[in-house]
Order: sequence, then C-alpha cells, then structure tokens
Amino acid sequence: MVKVAIYPPNSLILADLIERKGHTPLALQKQIRQKIKDPEIDSPPMNITEEDPINGLKYAAIEVPSGVRGRMSIIGPLIDAAEAAIIVDGAPFGFGCVGCARTNELSIFCLRKKDIPVLEVVYPDDEDGTRLMVNQIMDFLDSLPGGGGDLEGDSDVLGEPIANKGGK
Amino acid sequence: MVQIALVSCGTEYSGIQKEIEKAALKFGAEIILPEIDLDYINEAYEKFGFSAQSSSLKLMIARAMSIVEGKCKPDAVFIATCFRCAEGALVRNEVRRFIQNNTRIPVVTYSFTERTKADELFIRMEALATTVTRRSILAREKQEGLTLGLDSGSTTTKAVLMENNKVIGTGWTSTKDIIASAQTAAAEAFEGTGYKWDDVEGIGTTGYGRFTMGQEFGAELIQEELSVNAKGAVYLADCQKGEATVLDIGGMDNKVITVNNGIPDNFTMGGICAGASGRFLDMTSRRLDVDITELGPLAVQGDWRKAMLNSYCIVFGIQDLVTTLAAGGSKADVAAAACHSVSEQVYEQQLQEIDIREPLIQVGGTSLISGLVEAVSETLGGIEVIVPEYSQHIGAVGAALLVSGMGNRH
Repeated sequence: MVKVAIYPPNSLILADLIERKGHTPLALQKQIRQKIKDPEIDSPPMNITEEDPINGLKYAAIEVPSGVRGRMSIIGPLIDAAEAAIIVDGAPFGFGCVGCARTNELSIFCLRKKDIPVLEVVYPDDEDGTRLMVNQIMDFLDSLPGGGGDLEGDSDVLGEPIANKGGK
Repeated sequence: MVQIALVSCGTEYSGIQKEIEKAALKFGAEIILPEIDLDYINEAYEKFGFSAQSSSLKLMIARAMSIVEGKCKPDAVFIATCFRCAEGALVRNEVRRFIQNNTRIPVVTYSFTERTKADELFIRMEALATTVTRRSILAREKQEGLTLGLDSGSTTTKAVLMENNKVIGTGWTSTKDIIASAQTAAAEAFEGTGYKWDDVEGIGTTGYGRFTMGQEFGAELIQEELSVNAKGAVYLADCQKGEATVLDIGGMDNKVITVNNGIPDNFTMGGICAGASGRFLDMTSRRLDVDITELGPLAVQGDWRKAMLNSYCIVFGIQDLVTTLAAGGSKADVAAAACHSVSEQVYEQQLQEIDIREPLIQVGGTSLISGLVEAVSETLGGIEVIVPEYSQHIGAVGAALLVSGMGNRH
C-alpha cells in the first residue's frame, strides 16, 4: 500500500479509484477539512490565513503570487508525502481543479522530478477514452507495492463491473 | 444593504477573503459572489474571448459576464487578483473594462498579497458604498451657506471656509496631532473672514484623520477622500458635466479617479512605494537645498535625460541624483529627473489601470510643483493637465461643498 498523490489534487474520482485499490490517496479535501475544523482559526471559506502563503515559500519564491504560494502550502506537503502519483492533464472544472494554471505547472513539475512512479494521462473526451483512462489508472495502481486489491464484483466509476473491462 | 460583487482570483488561497468581507461590512455593504453554473462558465468564457489558462480566471470572466448580462445585479463590483500574477493582471483589467463599457456599475480593482488587511481596503469599500448610497450628495454642484471643510492628510492638514459658492478662507499646516492641526488650519481659514466656529452651518471632514476630526467637531459629513477629492476637483476645474480624470499625487499615496457628471465611477489608489509619491520630491528639494515651492520652476528649466536616475526607490533614487550632482550635473536637471521619475512611476503603477479621460485635473499639494505637472503631461503623450485654483486644498473644498445643505447647526 502506498500514498498516491493525484492531480488535480481535489479529484474525488481519482481519490476513489486509489482507495478502491487499497492505496491511500493524498487528496486536498482532507487537508482543507483539517483547516476548517480548526476552531482556533476564523478565516472563511477555507481557514487559510496570512501564514499559509508564507509557509508556501518552501515551494515558491516571494516573487510568486500569494495565491500560488497559498495553494502550495496545502498541496506541497501532499507532494512531499507522495510515493506515487497520477496526473490527469486537461481536466475540466467538474473533475477537480485548484483554479490556478501556475500552481498546476509547479505542482506537476514537483511530482515529475520526484523519484517515484508517475502515471500521466490526458483527460478523455469520449466514453472509450474514459474506459481506457480508468484501465490505465487501475493497471498503474496494481503495479504499485501492495496494489491489486481484489475488486471482483465491484463497479468502476462508469458503473460497469471492473472484472469485465478489456484492460484487465 | 449595498451589495458588492466580488470578481476575483486567489483571494481564498491568499487568506484575505475575510478581510475583504470585513472591509465591506464596515461601510454597510456585503460581499456577494455572482452565482453561475458550470455550463455558463464555458459559454461566457468563449464569448469573452480571452484565453486564460487558470480556471479561476475563467470563473472571473463568467462572473463578470453574468453581471453584464443582468443575471446578477450588484450595486458595485470589486475586482481583485494576486499581485505579481501577469495572467491575473491581464484578466483583471479586461474584465474591468468589460464591465465599465457595458454597465454603469461602479468598479474598483485591486491586486493583493497575503499581507492585505481590511484597513487597506476600507477606503475603496467606503468609496464604492458612497457612490451607491450617496449619489444625491455627490450630485451637488453648488455650495450654499457657510461651511467648513477639513482634510487631515498624511503630511498636511487643510481647512477651507466656503460661503455661497466661494472659497473665503484657507488654512494649511503640517499634520502632527490630528485635532490640534485641524484647529490650527481652521483658525487660519477663519482669519480675516470675520467668522468663527459657531457661525459655521456644516462641517465636512475627509482624509486619514476624518473620523477623529469628525467625532471631535461633530461633523455632519465624514467622507473618504476619493469621492471628496473627485468632487472638489471637478467643481474647482468647472468640469462638473461630462467626463474627467482626477490625479492626486499625495504625500503617502496617490489617487486616480475617473469621473462622469461629477460622480466617480472608477478609481485606483496606490501607496506601495514612497518613490512614487510627493515624499520623493520633498526629499529631492532638501537634497538640492531648495524650498519645495522652488522645485517645480527649477525642474521646468531642466532636462531629465541629463541626470542619471537608475532607480525609482526613494533611497537609491535620491542617491543617484546626488551622484549626478557630484559629477557636475545641474540642479535643474536633477529636479526634472525627480519629477519625471515620480510621474513615470505613477503612470506605470496606476495610470495604466484607468482609462484616462480628458481633461486630466491634477490636484493636491504636488500639483503646485509645475515641473511635476509638466512631467505628467509629457508621460501621457502631451495631454492638457488642468491645475485649478485651490488645487492644494482639494479635499477641504470637496468636503465644504458636499456638506453644504447637510448642516443644521443654526
């Protein structure tokens, strides 16, 4: 079982696939939830304060906009903890996004330069492409240490039994 | 309650969302987010035509489109993106233009850092709220009765006494203790007029010390300087009808305000660098050992190209000017270079954020420095710059004008 970083880091679909295969998804929601639950801080909507962009200096210099550093203060530790990564390129809003192209560039670069297994796929634009992407992700997750969880009888994100898919 | 639509990128991740809301709330306004669905984002983005890579900027564009198309009906719009983000700055300006060209909704823009606090946003939110709620006051074109305007600025405190549409007394002193300085300036304004405090029908206060003065003197009008200066400028320059731009290069911050029929509809305010303020010229005159009143005429005689000035910084820039003098450069060239430096920096940092509408009315103490006025005109391609009489008392004149009709002391 390994910790798998995902990009977009708030993609529920990617997190779900990783969990199904017995790995731990490093998803943004968990980090944000922790911040929101902190009763000490009152800075809605996500309890990010002035300190967070300053903490983001670990990943980006002061000349980088505060919004990028603020995002990196949350995404950066996830990248640090990653033992594997799945990057979906060109995903639309609904799949998950952090809203900032510069953050995307920096985060993806940080994941690529880590010496970990990385799967990069392009967001599909039809159903066949979607199945192919899901299969690629599943194969990748299986190839990771402790992967290949038994999902017999379980269904994929499209509602089809995983065992029936051509790629398996 | 005044509703201000927030059209922004990065505010939540910079930790300043709450500061924006706090600033709005202080002036009786609430921040709203134009609601839009996912399909509309793509539709609006395609229609707008700017290929932004960041999805939050696409969202900004869609929110702006929903305002222009009347799906969301705010009273004012606050547009903000991260400081130093090139893509954000481009979208911020295009979205501002788009809203201004297609609606009459007042807009203010801002580029923020994680250090941005509600206090910095107060004046912008107050001006936005004022433009919406006090439209009738801002429409006032004539001063009536006997009114006193007090402007407590960062460097100087000004007082103006007006009677039946005429300035009858002025006072000016450097700002130390806010109340004592206001009393000194007011005493100077009363001098020779035969009037005293008790005769005044209404008092209006503006500037940094407006709340303190307003409370102490029981002012009928306590108003931020963006609205007040804009009103005072168009009144004095006799440009109350039609469009104009008001430029005030102050001791600590600069204001650029566009005005339509006497009502401000866009403004920008900067205060990040002392090198772009009147303080730079004040220091230059000291280094040149000339009175600040002599700096302008001296600069007019000089050629800024002949003086080395490699930095906009108030420390290193002044050092450059000293080096020029040491190398045998003339005082006039140095004075011209200082004026050019301030003007160029104001242009780069602020004037570009605004669609300059002629005439340009330059006000504030620095408008008396003729070399600076000339430099501003040159920087803007030779446009005519009007410096009205009493331009150095602009805030006090605006306050005395706007409070007219509000006073009920007698």
